[in-house]
Amino acid sequence: MMDNKMIVEGSLQREDGGFSFLGRLPYYRGLGLSMIEDIIVSVDGEAIPREAIRFCVRGRTYTLDKMETVYDNRWNFGEKARIIALNGGLPAGNHAITFAVRMRVSYLPFVPTTKDTKQLAMAA
Amino acid sequence: MIASLQPTRSNETMEQTEVAVSSAILRGVSLYSYQNETFQGKMSLEDCIRTSAALGAKGIEIIGEQTFWGWPECGVAQEDVDNWHRLIAKYDCTPVSHDFMLDYKRYKGREMPFDEQVASVKNDIDFGARLGMKFIRALVSIDPAVLVAAADYAQEKGIKILIEVHAPLHFDHPWIIRHAEAFEKSGSDALGFLPDMGMFLFKFPPVWKEKFMRIGVPKAIADYIEKAYEDRVLSEYVILNVAQMGGTGPAIAMAETLRHNAAFEPKRMLDYMPRIHNIHGKFYQMDEDYVEPSIPYDEIVRVLKQGNYQGYICSEYEGNRWIEDAQEPDSVEQVRRQQVMLARLLGESVEPSLNTTVAA
Repeated sequence: MMDNKMIVEGSLQREDGGFSFLGRLPYYRGLGLSMIEDIIVSVDGEAIPREAIRFCVRGRTYTLDKMETVYDNRWNFGEKARIIALNGGLPAGNHAITFAVRMRVSYLPFVPTTKDTKQLAMAA
Repeated sequence: MIASLQPTRSNETMEQTEVAVSSAILRGVSLYSYQNETFQGKMSLEDCIRTSAALGAKGIEIIGEQTFWGWPECGVAQEDVDNWHRLIAKYDCTPVSHDFMLDYKRYKGREMPFDEQVASVKNDIDFGARLGMKFIRALVSIDPAVLVAAADYAQEKGIKILIEVHAPLHFDHPWIIRHAEAFEKSGSDALGFLPDMGMFLFKFPPVWKEKFMRIGVPKAIADYIEKAYEDRVLSEYVILNVAQMGGTGPAIAMAETLRHNAAFEPKRMLDYMPRIHNIHGKFYQMDEDYVEPSIPYDEIVRVLKQGNYQGYICSEYEGNRWIEDAQEPDSVEQVRRQQVMLARLLGESVEPSLNTTVAA
C-alpha cells in the first residue's frame, strides 16, 4: 500500500559525498526504527551498497545497521524522511530512483518489501 | 445471493426482534478510512472528525500510531491530547477505540518477553484512557495470556480490551476459541471481541479482481476465480486449477486470496454477543447505489439486531490499497456512501449527507 507515494516528487538534492531524496513509509501507521529491516536504493539501475545509505528524520541521522537497535525513535505515518545515498554524487539531469523498504511487522505471516520508482530531476 | 444466505429461523421471530431493539446500534468511523488523504497531508485530524460528524457518524475510532505521531516510542504531548478532546467536543463526537499494535517483534531475532508485552499493553490502556476511549483494539496474533494479565488494569481504567477477529480467522477457528476460553476463565468483563466484517466476504470483491487483471491476470482466469469463490470451492483446488490453466505469478496470487478469505456466516457472531463491543464496518467499495458488492451488510445488520448488539459500527474503508495504482481514492465519498447504507439498514429517517466542506 502507498507504493506510489513512497518517493516524494521533486525532493532530489545534493549532499556531501552523494545525494538524497525524501521517502515515506509504505504503511497505514508509523513504525519503530528497529523494525525497519532494510532500505534499498538504486539510481539509474545501479544499486547503492547498504553501508552507503543513511536515514535521517527530525534531524537525527542513522546508518541502517544502527537503526536495527533504535528503540526510542520512529518513522511516523506519512512522515517524510531524508534518504541519503553516499555514492560520490550525481550529475544534473533526470535520474530513475528506486526505493524499497523491508519491514518486520509483528502480526504479518510474511516480511513485506514495498518498492517505488520515480524519475527525479537533479538541478544543475 | 442474499436469499440463499437467509437464516433458517422464521421471519416472524426475526421481525419481532428487529422491532424491539432497532435503535441500539450507533454509527462511527475508523479514521483508518481516510488514510490515503491523511498520509499525504490532504486531511487533518479536524477534517476527519468534522467529516465523520457531518455524516452523523459520531463514534470515532483511531489507530493510535496513525493519528498521533510519536506513539508509542516517543510518547504523545499533552497538548496533542488536549487538541483531540477539543475536536471531539467541538463536533459532539464520542471516542470509541484506540487500536493498538503491540510490536512483540520489536527486537530482531527474539520475541519481546511476556512481562514486557503486558507492560506494553498497559501503556496502551493508559493512552486509551487519556483519549477518553471505551475500548482498545488488540491485534489477533497476540497471546491471550498477555491480554488476561492486563485485564484487571484495564478494568481499573474503565477500558475494555477487544481482540479483533479478522479474516482469515473467524469465530469457529481454534485460535479464537482459545481466546474466548481464556476470557471466560479469567472472569473479567474487560476482555472481548471486535469482529471485522471482512470475514463475511460473500463475493469476490470487484476491486480485487480489477487490480489483479491490471497486474496481468488473464480475464478467463480472473473470471474463473471469481466464479469459484461464489461456488465456495476449496481454495487449494482453485489454486491447482489456475496453475493448470497456465496461470503464473499474479494469477496464483489471486487464487491464493481464497486461502485467506471466506464467506463465513454473520450469525456465528450470535454465540459471542455478550463480549462483542465494537464492529469494524470493513468495506472494499461502495457503489453509487449504496451497495457493498462483496460484504452482506443487510444480513450483518439483521444478525446484530437479533443479537441485541449495542455499540458502534465503525466504517473501515480498505479499498484504497486496491485502486491506488489506477486512481486516487476518494475516501470521503466512499465513507459517505457506506454511512448512507448503514443509516438505511438501521432504519434512520434522515439520510446522512455532507453539509460541511472538507478542507480544500
